Amino acid sequence: MPLTPVITEHWDQPDLYTRAGYERTGGYQALRKALATEPDAIINLVKETGLRGRGGAGFPTGLKWSFVPQGDDKPHYLVVNADESEPGACKDVPIMIANPHALVEGVIISSYAIRASHAFIYIRGEVPEAIRRMALAVREAKEAGYLGHNILGSGFDLDVVVHSGAGAYICGEETALLDSLEGYRGQPRLKPPFPAVAGLYSAPTVVNNVETITNIPWIINNGVDWFRQFGTEKSPGFKVFAVSGHVKRPGIYEAPLGITMRELLDFAGGMRDGSEVKFWVPGGSSVPMLTADHLDLPLTYEAMVEAGTMLGTGTPMMFDQTVSVVKAVTRWLEFYKHESCGKCTPCREGTYWITGVLKTFEEGKGNDPDLDLLNELCGQIMGRSFCALGDAAATPYPAAVSLFRDEFLMATHTPVDTSFDPALSYAFSEVAAR
Amino acid sequence: MSQFAHLNERMVEITARYPKSRSAVMPLLHLLQSDQGAVTIDGIRAVADHLGLTAAEVTAVASFYTMYKRRDVGRHHVGVCTNTLCAVLGGDAVYEALAQRLGVGHNETTADGEFHLERIECQAACTHAPVMTVDWEFMDNQTPQSAIEVIDQLARGESVESTRGPVIRDFNATEDTLAFPDDGLAGAGRPVDDIMLAGLKVAQELGMTAPSGHHISREG
Repeated sequence: MPLTPVITEHWDQPDLYTRAGYERTGGYQALRKALATEPDAIINLVKETGLRGRGGAGFPTGLKWSFVPQGDDKPHYLVVNADESEPGACKDVPIMIANPHALVEGVIISSYAIRASHAFIYIRGEVPEAIRRMALAVREAKEAGYLGHNILGSGFDLDVVVHSGAGAYICGEETALLDSLEGYRGQPRLKPPFPAVAGLYSAPTVVNNVETITNIPWIINNGVDWFRQFGTEKSPGFKVFAVSGHVKRPGIYEAPLGITMRELLDFAGGMRDGSEVKFWVPGGSSVPMLTADHLDLPLTYEAMVEAGTMLGTGTPMMFDQTVSVVKAVTRWLEFYKHESCGKCTPCREGTYWITGVLKTFEEGKGNDPDLDLLNELCGQIMGRSFCALGDAAATPYPAAVSLFRDEFLMATHTPVDTSFDPALSYAFSEVAAR
Repeated sequence: MSQFAHLNERMVEITARYPKSRSAVMPLLHLLQSDQGAVTIDGIRAVADHLGLTAAEVTAVASFYTMYKRRDVGRHHVGVCTNTLCAVLGGDAVYEALAQRLGVGHNETTADGEFHLERIECQAACTHAPVMTVDWEFMDNQTPQSAIEVIDQLARGESVESTRGPVIRDFNATEDTLAFPDDGLAGAGRPVDDIMLAGLKVAQELGMTAPSGHHISREG
């Protein structure tokens, strides 16, 4: 399957981040077309494309929009989840840096469709470069009359606020994000009610991922049939994949959903010299890992589920034979422990204890029976925590131990840094010449 | 809070962005942090007074998010990603080299107040691993040597450009950007880098394009 640059097609144009640059590539034509269309028709169009959320869960976007009650007297809100913090995920920040106006255009059209007159782009605070590019794009859009009062004479009003987070992975969870945006600690809410009914300020709210909303201008311009040329029946469209790890050319690769990891890997130059795939994770640390046996599976929502994992954010991390899977999993669990918001006991306590036990293995002092204990601990978190962060934390270990049990057993007597010399894994390692 | 009278106008401007004033807590804390170098008790009181909240309510927010620092960070905040992917690709070695060079550990500031070192979580730049940040600006694809060179250059007062962003300023300046994102620097860094263009370049070399849509302009 070939690469298909759509969202990334013009990224090599040096002024694409400005309005002038974006408009030269056809930018803001979709907005004009959309404003001449009934909002409900846009919701239906997005529904028919089958576009699924690119933030990880893959929920159908048009369906989400249709849950917003129309004709009520409440204000509606669009909130763009730009809190990209999932370990391995690195595609929304590049989109915002390279082509912020595409996101702004998507925000305006999406807000028009769901009848929102206020939209927020919640960007994690640690990426000021993305934040300032988005802020420039919003200002330029406003100066051009694409934002503000009576946009292009349509009678539609919209304000967009670029909001900086302050360092909390949990705010990528949509209800935690909303609490954070309301000025509280970022802790998840009980669902239902879902944000479409009671979201920001208890008003109907759509929360969508950056890449999802960035799809919208192309969908408006080109329609359902064009969009469905890409991908599969259940996973239509193209995807901004970000390939990282021990590959020759890590980076952004845009292709139809359904491309295989082997094909993507080939485009990325293959694994570095002298290196082979040991394990890889298709879409962030919160989805179960796979091995070289799975490289020929199509990268679709459905095929990944069938393989026992998830497409997640569609940002594969590739690890070669130099990497200790015990160390990899331990470090991910330290992350979840650090980022657990503390609201619910299974996640707060569970991530603490799993990390503690895993550390004994990392140090070569693990006990055999603890391998089962760890599975039990993960089982006590999975499905029992308040939000998906707990489920995510319970994900890396069970997959790792089922695939690499011997390696965990080796860690009952030998520290992982002895079994796996860390220096061999370095990107700048001279030992494994690139 | 006459201590913060000079911020009053900007605090009003931030609050006016939101339909409900409490939503301004986070950008206001960024603003106060940019003024004070940390989120201080006085800063918390100023935000609370401005929004009609209690100091406890604002403290609850400030203490939840790791970017709000309760102690003075100093001139430059240096972050090294040691989450799994960056760690195995060399982030651990970069962190150790910097810790040794600076003589401080995680969440510590050098005695001269120049550098604060932090092991940070995934920075959404895994394709650019190992990743370091200085005042939260990207310093991508580091080695222990290159990271030390960055620190040494900054210590000598030399200009250091972010790999995807403007010339490094200081921690407080970035905090100001987080409060007022339209900082005039959006064009200061390079527009994109080769890693972000990796797939596009391959597609161009191989003559691969997406099926063309009828409204997509081919100009430029």
